[in-house]
Amino acid sequence: MSETTTIRETEKEIIEEFGLFDSWEDKYEYLIDLGKRLPPLAEVHKTEANMVKGCQSTVWLTAEYRDGTVAFSADSNTVITKGLISMLVRVLSGHRPDEIIEAPLDFIKEIGMTTHLAPTRSNGLAAMVRQMKNFALAFKVKNEM
Amino acid sequence: MTTLTAPVPVTLHVEEIRKQFPILQREVKGRPLVYLDNAATTQKPQVVIDALVNYYTGYNANIHRGIHTLAEEATTAFEATRDTARAFINAPAREEVIFTTGTTDGINLVAASWGRANVSAGDEVIVTGMEHHSNIVPWQILCEEKKAILKVIPVTDKGELDLDVYKSLLSPKTKIVSVVHVSNALGTVNPVKEIVALAHQAGALALVDGAQSSVHLEIDVQDMDCDFFVLSAHKLYGPTGVGVLYGKKDILNAMPPYRGGGEMIREVTFEETTYNELPYKFEAGTPNIADVIAFKAAMDFVQATGKKAVAAYEQELVEYATAKLETLPGLRIVGQGAYKASVVSFVVEGVHPADIGVLLDNQGIAVRTGNHCAQPLMDKFCIPGTVRASFAMYNTKEEVDLLAAALAKAIKMLS
Repeated sequence: MSETTTIRETEKEIIEEFGLFDSWEDKYEYLIDLGKRLPPLAEVHKTEANMVKGCQSTVWLTAEYRDGTVAFSADSNTVITKGLISMLVRVLSGHRPDEIIEAPLDFIKEIGMTTHLAPTRSNGLAAMVRQMKNFALAFKVKNEM
Repeated sequence: MTTLTAPVPVTLHVEEIRKQFPILQREVKGRPLVYLDNAATTQKPQVVIDALVNYYTGYNANIHRGIHTLAEEATTAFEATRDTARAFINAPAREEVIFTTGTTDGINLVAASWGRANVSAGDEVIVTGMEHHSNIVPWQILCEEKKAILKVIPVTDKGELDLDVYKSLLSPKTKIVSVVHVSNALGTVNPVKEIVALAHQAGALALVDGAQSSVHLEIDVQDMDCDFFVLSAHKLYGPTGVGVLYGKKDILNAMPPYRGGGEMIREVTFEETTYNELPYKFEAGTPNIADVIAFKAAMDFVQATGKKAVAAYEQELVEYATAKLETLPGLRIVGQGAYKASVVSFVVEGVHPADIGVLLDNQGIAVRTGNHCAQPLMDKFCIPGTVRASFAMYNTKEEVDLLAAALAKAIKMLS
C-alpha cells in the first residue's frame, strides 16, 4: 500500500471496478473471485480469539502494527464473505489507526452491498468492521500511552 | 404417517390459494418472490390479516374482566380460538389448551413447572439428536439445576431415530421423553405414537414438539397419547407470538404455576394466594389477544383447505424437488428418512450453504441456510449446515423449477 493512497482513493478504485458490471451475477462473480484470491490465513491464526462469529459465516481477523500503520489479515469459511472482507482489508490496511477509526466506508453502500452490512446479517460483516476499528483503536491507545 | 400417502380427497386449487396470500405478489430484487422458507414461518392469508385488523378496528379490549360490550366481544373471540385449537389437535377438553407465545415457550413452561416439581437428582430426561435447540436447552437448564441427566436418542445416517437405542435408554430413572414430531432440519416424521407408548411403559411422560408437524399432519393428541403437545401458530399460517401447549388435565392440575400475575389467580392476600383453574392458571397477564383471535382464522383456513389434500400436494412437491435437485452436480440430500414432511435439506460439495443462500436471494428465492438451530444434528452429519427448501400449500412445481435453475447458476458461480 503506497503511503500516498488514501482510504477514500482505494474505495474509489473499488467503486470503479464494480462500475464495470451491469448485472448482479457479474458483481458477485467478481466478489467470489476476490474471495478466492484472498490468501488464506495460516491455521495458527484461526483461533477462537481471532474469530468474529456470525450465525453462519465465521471470519478470522488479525492485525499487526508496523511503523505507525495497521496491517490486517483475514479469512472466512464462506467465499462471498471472504470477498467482502478482502475489500475491507485492501481499503484499511496500511493506514494509521486514526484514519481507520474515522473511515465511513461508504464504498460498501456505493457498490450496492449494503445488505451485507446490516447488523442483523448472519455473515458477521458488521461485526468485522467493528473489530477492525477496535484493533485500530487499541493500537492508537497503546501508542499514546 | 398415513396422511402422507392417502389419496387426495379434494383437488387443491393452488392458483386460487396463492391469491389469498397478498405477500406472494411482491418482488424481491426485481423478480417474483419464491418463498421456500415455510418451515421457518409461513406467509399469512388475507383472512388472518383481516382478523387482526378487525380486532383492532372493531373490538379491541382486555378480556375476561371487563363488563362492557367490547370486552365481551373480545373475550368471546379469544375463547373461540381455544375451542378451535382443541378440535384442531383433538384434545379432550378446552381447558387442556393453554395459550403460550409459541413452541419454545410451551417447552419452557413444561420444563420449568412440571420439571422442577418432578425431576430430581439422578433422574433422566430423554431428547433426540434431531431436536431444535428449543427442545434441548430448557431440559439442560432443568438437568443442571436438579443434577439430572440428559440422554439423547441417536440419529441414523438416513436421518431417522434409532429406536433400538431409545429402548435401551429407557429405565425407571426416565422421567420424561421430549421428542420432535417432524424434524425442522430434515423433514423426518418420527413415529411419535410408538415413542410415547414406550415412554409410558417405562413410567415416563412424553412431550411431542409439533412446531413443524401441526401444519402438515393430522394431529390427534388422544391417539398419540402424549402427555404434552406444543405448537406455534406462525408456522401454520397464523400470527407470530402465539402457541398452544396441550397437556393432560390431571398433569396440568398437579403442576405448580409457571408465572405469577393477573388472570392466573383466584384470590390474592399478602398471606396467601390461591390460583385460578385451568387453563388460566398458566396464562398470567394480559395475553396476546389480537394474535390469538387471528390464529382461529388460520386454523379455519387450514381445515377448510383440507389438511389431507395439502399434505398430499406438499409431498408431491418434495418428491419433485428431490428428483430435480439430485441431478445437480455435487448436491447431496441430507435426511433420507422413509417418511418426510415438506422439507428438502441439502449440501453441495465444496460450497458453503451461506454462499448459496446469498446467490439464491439475489434471484428472488428465499430459503434457509445454516444449522437450523439444530447444531448437534449438523455435527452428527459433520456439516456446518444445509440449504433447506421447505414447502407450503401455495408453492408450485414452477417454483421448484426456478429453485433448481437458480441453484444450478449459484453452484456454477461458486465452483
